[in-house]
Amino acid sequence: MLGSFAVLRKQSLLGDAISHAALPGIAIAFLITGAKDTNILLLGALISGLLGTFWIRGITTKTHLKSDTALGLILSLFFGFGMLLLTFIQKQPNANQAGLDKYLFGQAATLVESDVWLMAIVTGICLFVILLFWKEFKLLLFDINYAKTLGFNTKFIDTLITFFIVLAIVLGLQTVGVVLMSAMLLAPAAAARQWTNSLAVMVFLAAVFGAFSGIFGTAISASQNNLSTGPVIVIIATIFVLISFLFSPSRGLLFKQIRILKNRRDLKLNKTLAFMYGIAKTHENISHPHTIKILNNFHGFTKKTLQKLVEKKYVYIVKNMWSLTEKGFKVASNLYNQH
Amino acid sequence: MKERKIAVKIDDLTVAYNYKPVLWDIDLEIPEGVLMAIVGPNGAGKSTLIKSILGILKPIAGSVSIYGKPYKKQRSLVAYVPQKGSVDWDFPTTALDVVKMGTYGSLGWIKRPRQKEKKAALEALEKVGMLAFKNRQISQLSGGQQQRIFLARALVQNAAIYFMDEPFQGVDATTEIAIINILKELRKAGKTLIVVHHDLQTVPEYFDWVTFLNVKKIATGPVKTIFNNENLTKTYGINYKVSVQE
Repeated sequence: MLGSFAVLRKQSLLGDAISHAALPGIAIAFLITGAKDTNILLLGALISGLLGTFWIRGITTKTHLKSDTALGLILSLFFGFGMLLLTFIQKQPNANQAGLDKYLFGQAATLVESDVWLMAIVTGICLFVILLFWKEFKLLLFDINYAKTLGFNTKFIDTLITFFIVLAIVLGLQTVGVVLMSAMLLAPAAAARQWTNSLAVMVFLAAVFGAFSGIFGTAISASQNNLSTGPVIVIIATIFVLISFLFSPSRGLLFKQIRILKNRRDLKLNKTLAFMYGIAKTHENISHPHTIKILNNFHGFTKKTLQKLVEKKYVYIVKNMWSLTEKGFKVASNLYNQH
Repeated sequence: MKERKIAVKIDDLTVAYNYKPVLWDIDLEIPEGVLMAIVGPNGAGKSTLIKSILGILKPIAGSVSIYGKPYKKQRSLVAYVPQKGSVDWDFPTTALDVVKMGTYGSLGWIKRPRQKEKKAALEALEKVGMLAFKNRQISQLSGGQQQRIFLARALVQNAAIYFMDEPFQGVDATTEIAIINILKELRKAGKTLIVVHHDLQTVPEYFDWVTFLNVKKIATGPVKTIFNNENLTKTYGINYKVSVQE
């Protein structure tokens, strides 16, 4: 759901940066508490994720660097620092340390009931906030300057959206991990965009796609012993994207291609008909027969188009002569009027 | 000419992005009920002027008042038509939805547009001749139609003062005439219109007031008295020489 907002803000990579930025937070939280309490680790992730986001913001507004540069910089800085801490932790004689690396690639199997509850509650809050500030979010996403002139506190709305994106990412870390999280955020949204031109439907579809990927992914990995859940979920989400790119009726590649071909064929047909009309017009009897050879002067004429015209009863053929029908003449004269 | 109320008053406005000022010490009074063009070469700070008046950009110094009170308290009197290129037209929404956004300001936080707002938006669409396209996805509108949608969105605000950033940019002749007719109608209704404009040829025909701007304010006043070669040279000519030397 929140992925839709990230995609529409052209900040798709933000998700990637945030998830990587969350890693040192997890490590530091572990170092301080020495325990593997999920909630505390995630709190650490949340804090460092937010920190990373605000640094990215700071870099883009205060310097000349473009946002992709800032994202890349922060992503590698935080991730590198996080890896450093993880290796440090692994060398420590603390038996407790094992298993922190699950946040790298995620391990849905380690989720316990309380984790699921936490996710459900946060999702509920997310949903509530999105519904509450729907109008403000839409306005900000479409035209932030205009939102300012209407008197809305755009910084507040912006921070709110960003906060929830970070929150969603941090919660997803346990399931799909740092490396794949951004795909989980963006794939459903990218897929949803293909099917609709309404923001509401897009957000809803993204949620459905995301949920389906989660359910299917878990089901598949549960039935096969050696498949870890996170990557399977991401692959399924990506399949959704692929299908959407190909088969969506209005934006999909397949239908677009079909439409182009059809338009071309129709145009060819009309051109030929118009050419015939030009000849037939010069005779008193519109159905005066002409030799097919004349048509060879016309570029774009093929036997196939002639056949099509006969099928449509615009033209009839006797031996190697063609004649326009009444119907064909009418259609052709209307074509002429258009041009 | 009878004494007119001052709709917009700008004092000592200075704006800079880096070291070089984009606008330098602008003092400007715009009387109520004028249809004013802001003209000047590229980089003269025309859009910047509008944006800083509206608080989109933060000026280094200066103040703006609307009918004698600070702008922040008078937002509801002001409508804004941004440059068409400032938004992503592939955004998933319809023409009617964009126009409805004009009502968001008076609605305030959280409240949703209802029947009343929808009706106002439909009326505005009709005024700009776009009613037939109300459910059209905005990416499938032509440039001129998109511009009309932006105009309709400002009309819905029902403001006293309209700021428009190049509303004639990239639109065909039909749309240009349609837009200027709407602007003239608004002026007749006593509204004040401030328009960033590029086509010098049409200034005398479209506008009754003009401001020459090139980082500094060169001149401001009625088109009849100040739209002349002297001011045009001051605004455009000198700058040409400078750019050639560079």
